[in-house]
Amino acid sequence: MKYVAPSSVEEATSLLSASPSAQVFAGATDVVPQLRAGRPAPELLVDLKKIEELVSLKSDDNKWTVGAATPTAYLTEDEAFSHEFPGLSEAAGLIGSDQIQNRSSLGGNLCNASPAADSVPAMVVNGVRAVVAGPSGTRVLDVSEVVTGPGQTSLDDDEFIVEFEIDNMPARSGDAYLRMIPRTEMDIAVVGAGARVTLADDGSIEQAALALAAVAPTVIRIPDAEDALVGTTADDATLDAVAAAASEACDPIDDKRGTVAYRKQVAGVLAKRAVLIAIERAEQRNGTN
Amino acid sequence: MPRTHITTVINGDETEFLTEDGTSLLNALRDEVGLTGAKEGCGTGDCGACSILVDDRVTCSCLMFAPEADGTTILTVEGLADSGDLHPLQQCFLEGAALQCGICTPGFLMAAKALLDKNPDPTETEIRYALAGNLCRCTGYDKIIRAVQEAALEMRGK
Ligand SMILES: Cc1cc2nc3c(=O)[nH]c(=O)nc-3n(C[C@H](O)[C@H](O)[C@H](O)COP(=O)(O)OP(=O)(O)OC[C@H]3O[C@@H](n4cnc5c(N)ncnc54)[C@H](O)[C@@H]3O)c2cc1C
Repeated sequence: MKYVAPSSVEEATSLLSASPSAQVFAGATDVVPQLRAGRPAPELLVDLKKIEELVSLKSDDNKWTVGAATPTAYLTEDEAFSHEFPGLSEAAGLIGSDQIQNRSSLGGNLCNASPAADSVPAMVVNGVRAVVAGPSGTRVLDVSEVVTGPGQTSLDDDEFIVEFEIDNMPARSGDAYLRMIPRTEMDIAVVGAGARVTLADDGSIEQAALALAAVAPTVIRIPDAEDALVGTTADDATLDAVAAAASEACDPIDDKRGTVAYRKQVAGVLAKRAVLIAIERAEQRNGTN
Repeated sequence: MPRTHITTVINGDETEFLTEDGTSLLNALRDEVGLTGAKEGCGTGDCGACSILVDDRVTCSCLMFAPEADGTTILTVEGLADSGDLHPLQQCFLEGAALQCGICTPGFLMAAKALLDKNPDPTETEIRYALAGNLCRCTGYDKIIRAVQEAALEMRGK
């Protein structure tokens, strides 16, 4: 394996185009364990962290831009970002230990394409866009279009994600992410649930997004639950419908962390709770903050 | 295999070493630089025995490729003591018997140092979360938590 650290997006894409066996990496917190587990080594390791845009966190009047290789610790440490997207910040803060969070990136969490990736439901409900660079320039994908199956993405071999764009949180909106693991820290999600709501002036739900991790081959949206929420104030009957839709949509695996039946039930419970937290946050954001 | 030339500052000294590109920073520190304080436990980022500070941030050196160290500033457990005087964390680990076999200790010390550098007065819960990436199979953790609390107290007193 040869290591290169290009200093521009163009340099990186031309290295990738020229080498059929190249792999990009950011924190290497997935790449190294996979190599150690016996995955064939690439000829060329392309470190993305020396490209300025890839490690940056900035905001303007309309949106936040997060470099794809930015350590997730930068997100949780940034008060303004965490205030804007508390759910996404919480999800980033659940990835491994401090040692891991000083290295792990949103780009790596997404492109590793694990069904249990914690930041992904939170990115999906926030409508995050991925700016993808390739030999013929850049294209913009919705985050939900990137992962196609376990370990599989829609990116070409010579493409990589430069940065993520997230429109500012609208007024009267809030997000949340909850994860169930058998211990308090350092485990893979049995279920993860991301929610975001926007409230109308009368307090009813105008828009809702719900996404689940670890219950299907990819992170999934739950349109039936979203539809059930819109126009309501999330009364008990609506929340029961949300839980039922979430459980119903799951197609989970059976493993030592949880059976199919357990995962389905927990998916419903977490979906409900995440929606309630998102609503509480939306009520607190009345347009002035 | 061609070897790459790396220049870093390790424990305050400018240090150069040669490494193969796929070598972990942990192995380069141990085998090329001769700093064997950081240990390999799991080799996959779960146990934290290889924890070091890179540009003031605690990381698992087993998950870094050695060439990534070029241009960085590194602190390993060997750099904690100040010309022979143990760091308060080291002193409190010793006095509080916060170790038995000692394999995990360098990693715990570095993770605890990273915590106290940014939060001089952590709660017990904050300490437990900050050390969640470090495993110890001997002590049951309580003595480690108490040693960190003790060291924090002492460092604030100075
Ligand atoms: C001890 C430990 C605990 C963990 N705990 C969690 C957890 O709780 N939750 C969780 O979700 N994950 C967890 N992980 C997995 C991992 O840390 C995360 O998935 C992390 O976000 C990966 O980011 P990275 O930058 O390290 O990825 P890397 O390892 O650098 O890359 C991962 C994959 O993405 C590709 N890639 C990276 N960046 C890009 C890019 N910009 N464009 C295109 N492809 C790219 C790489 O080629 C590779 O295939 C854990 C890992 C360890 C070792």
